[in-house]
Amino acid sequence: MSETVIQPRTYLSIWGVLLALLAVTVGVAYVHLAWLNPVVALSIAVIKAVIIMLYFMHLRNSPRLVWVFVGAGFAWLGIMFVLSLGDYLARQYLPKPTMWLP
Amino acid sequence: MDLTVAHQFDDAEQQQEASTLGMWIFLATEILFFGGMFLGYTVYRAMYPHEFAAASSHLDVVLGTVNTAVLLCSSLTMALGVYSAQLGSRRMLALCLGLTMLLGAVFLGIKFYEYYQKYEEGLIPGSGFTWAGANPNQTSLFFVFYFIMTGMHALHMIIGLGLMTVLVLLTRRGRFTPSYYTPVELGGLYWHFVDIVWVFLFPLLYLIDRSS
Amino acid sequence: MSTMPVAIYTREHYLNASYGWKSWLLTRDHKRIGLLYLMSITFFFFLGGAFATMVRLELMTPKGDLFEAETYNKLFSMHGIVMVFLFLIPSIPAVLGNFLVPMMIGARDLAFPRLNLLSWYLYMIGGVFTLWAIVAGGVDTGWTFYTPYSSLFSNTHVVLTVLGIFVVGFSSILTGLNFIVTIHTMRAPGMTWFRMPLFLWSHYATAIIMVLATPVLAITLVLVGVERIWRVGIFDPAIGGDPILFQHLFWFYSHPAVYIMILPGMGVVSELITTHARKRIFGYSFVAFASLAIAFIGFLVWGHHMFVAGESQYASLMFSVLSFLVAIPSAIKVFNWTATLYKGSVSYDAPMLYAMGFIGLFTIGGLTGLFLATIAIDVHLHDTYFVVAHFHYIMVGGMVMAYLGGIHNWWPKISGRMYPEGWARLAAGIVFIGFNLTFFPQFVLGYLGMPRRYYAYADEFQVLNVMSTAGASILAVGYLLPMIYLIWSLKYGPEAGPNPWNATGLEWQTLSPPPPDNFEETPIVTEPAYNYGPDRRTSI
Repeated sequence: MSETVIQPRTYLSIWGVLLALLAVTVGVAYVHLAWLNPVVALSIAVIKAVIIMLYFMHLRNSPRLVWVFVGAGFAWLGIMFVLSLGDYLARQYLPKPTMWLP
Repeated sequence: MDLTVAHQFDDAEQQQEASTLGMWIFLATEILFFGGMFLGYTVYRAMYPHEFAAASSHLDVVLGTVNTAVLLCSSLTMALGVYSAQLGSRRMLALCLGLTMLLGAVFLGIKFYEYYQKYEEGLIPGSGFTWAGANPNQTSLFFVFYFIMTGMHALHMIIGLGLMTVLVLLTRRGRFTPSYYTPVELGGLYWHFVDIVWVFLFPLLYLIDRSS
Repeated sequence: MSTMPVAIYTREHYLNASYGWKSWLLTRDHKRIGLLYLMSITFFFFLGGAFATMVRLELMTPKGDLFEAETYNKLFSMHGIVMVFLFLIPSIPAVLGNFLVPMMIGARDLAFPRLNLLSWYLYMIGGVFTLWAIVAGGVDTGWTFYTPYSSLFSNTHVVLTVLGIFVVGFSSILTGLNFIVTIHTMRAPGMTWFRMPLFLWSHYATAIIMVLATPVLAITLVLVGVERIWRVGIFDPAIGGDPILFQHLFWFYSHPAVYIMILPGMGVVSELITTHARKRIFGYSFVAFASLAIAFIGFLVWGHHMFVAGESQYASLMFSVLSFLVAIPSAIKVFNWTATLYKGSVSYDAPMLYAMGFIGLFTIGGLTGLFLATIAIDVHLHDTYFVVAHFHYIMVGGMVMAYLGGIHNWWPKISGRMYPEGWARLAAGIVFIGFNLTFFPQFVLGYLGMPRRYYAYADEFQVLNVMSTAGASILAVGYLLPMIYLIWSLKYGPEAGPNPWNATGLEWQTLSPPPPDNFEETPIVTEPAYNYGPDRRTSI
């Protein structure tokens, strides 16, 4: 709970930024940037998510403990992704088995 | 005795602190819940990039963009609803909640229309799946994740609409005051979270490769 | 010995404050909810035990002659599913945790009592779905539900079972959420983090795991269910799906789940050792941080279940190293408990016997885990009885012993009565002997190459298998005895009084059974935890 009351003006600005970022996301998707396309799209998504959390969800004015749990949620998601994808990515370095005997 | 403070709590502040922390922890569990689907999607997109790109271009990017905008607007109305509650303005709160629900319903309407479109095009995975291009099996994996992820998201939206309904009823009964509006705040947190999930779903599903 | 227990019948406490079905089934009192869980998980414990009995009966002879192969597959699957999801995962947290967490921090109840009741109902609903699946014919996929067998080929009630487990999972999540919020926000004045009993640190760490890991199980089960119902091939290799993806998702939860199935036991042991040796824990902060370390590192090791599944060797190496790392905090705890016993005033009550049994058996189980974490050894031991023995040493020799020790230790608090100590010691001894006779031969069997989940085996393995089955029957006696004498004690046991062990801890500073709101007035904490002994410290 924020003892500080966020003003509607702030909410409207954030909303404007979010819609602008949406336009950018869609626009950039039509530009050929090869491997950069998903990077840009996800980066914008992350920025939007952060803005929504900080302002609409009042994370900015929330106690540190809440920040810890939000961070933990994303960190654990990161653990799941990194270690699982690590397995998949590392498989290309395996020699393909041919037969039992050397 | 303050009737809005439950007996296990010492005071309203402790109750509010606990409730808010509890809701954020619940949202953290939801991150992991959706996260499993995102992991599966990532693995298969990495394995079958061309099939996923081809499949993605069959989604209606206009409807997807409109839906994203609709949800972003609903987050605005929800935030304004919390603001109204902080000021103790019952009418504004009920109005904001109502608008949020309306926008949510619009989102679901568009979503189900998209599902119907997919059905017409024979893109529902399973025995009815028809794909004219290469590798229909791997392509169907995209649609499996599309339906599961957006379906799970839609289910959460429906639950959100249910929560909003309860909040509207409680608002009309005068339950909320500037010193007690925690359920509105918590409902808002849930709603914004569901919005954030869509913010990630949209580019991942609709915008894989629109430049060709 | 058995004086007229006047006070229990005349004073108001949580058991007699209200009567009738509704007062129990709609209760918000964490103590009553703990007892509701006690009833339910006892039922599932004996159900899981019945399946185990049938497995062990079959395994007395080398041929598969008692059951059909398909039936045997169902028996070990149901044994695992019921024991893991419906008994072990809730056990200590849902019974002892629910009962004691608010009391130990000096609160009137948990943060969310109605959510707590919902937890129990979700557990019951999930349990009913699982029972329904069992009665309808069960599942034969193993408790691990590996795809594509579970999702595409098995002809058993997979969807119903995963639905049941899915619902039970939410019970787990809500319990964990409740504990975390309660411990953060509702500690009594003066109860700083480092004055909390270690039981709370363990339950906090367990709650973190419950909250962060269980959702991944939930979505994994959803994916299996979807694949089965609509036959869409998410994990079907024939259409490009990846069964290893299922294993990553499944074990991301299920490995941390095994820490859910040991950390609460460790918390109980910290209490049992300190109470019954009347000594401050050795290295309090080490034990506290070790709980957190186990919870955290436990999330990084799941790939050690997949060494032979097709996981990349480089990922396997990393998971192996991390698995060695996770043993360190567990070892720290074992050393600290042992050091606590040194020069303690040890009384060999049943709780202490269980705690000592835990230390020894958990150590063996943990060390054998290191064997399995060594990739080259695991290649030979994977899917053999060595693995079965390893995890039973930890889950049964560890967690179940801790659970029984905890039930005995807090029985006076819960019921207001003392249990018969002689019978309790006897039962503890029988459990210890029965357990080792059941499971030690299985290490040897696994080393010699007997595979798990098989109902027939090479003739030379029979002697060890018969020993194991004999041990299981002794173990069963050991488990039945407490059922009998604990229930007996409810009517005939002597009145216990508030603090029969003369222990520290807030739960012992109030009446037995406790009043509905736990304390007459909110306690104020000024002393460190486990403030035993003449050199009582006044601050930490």
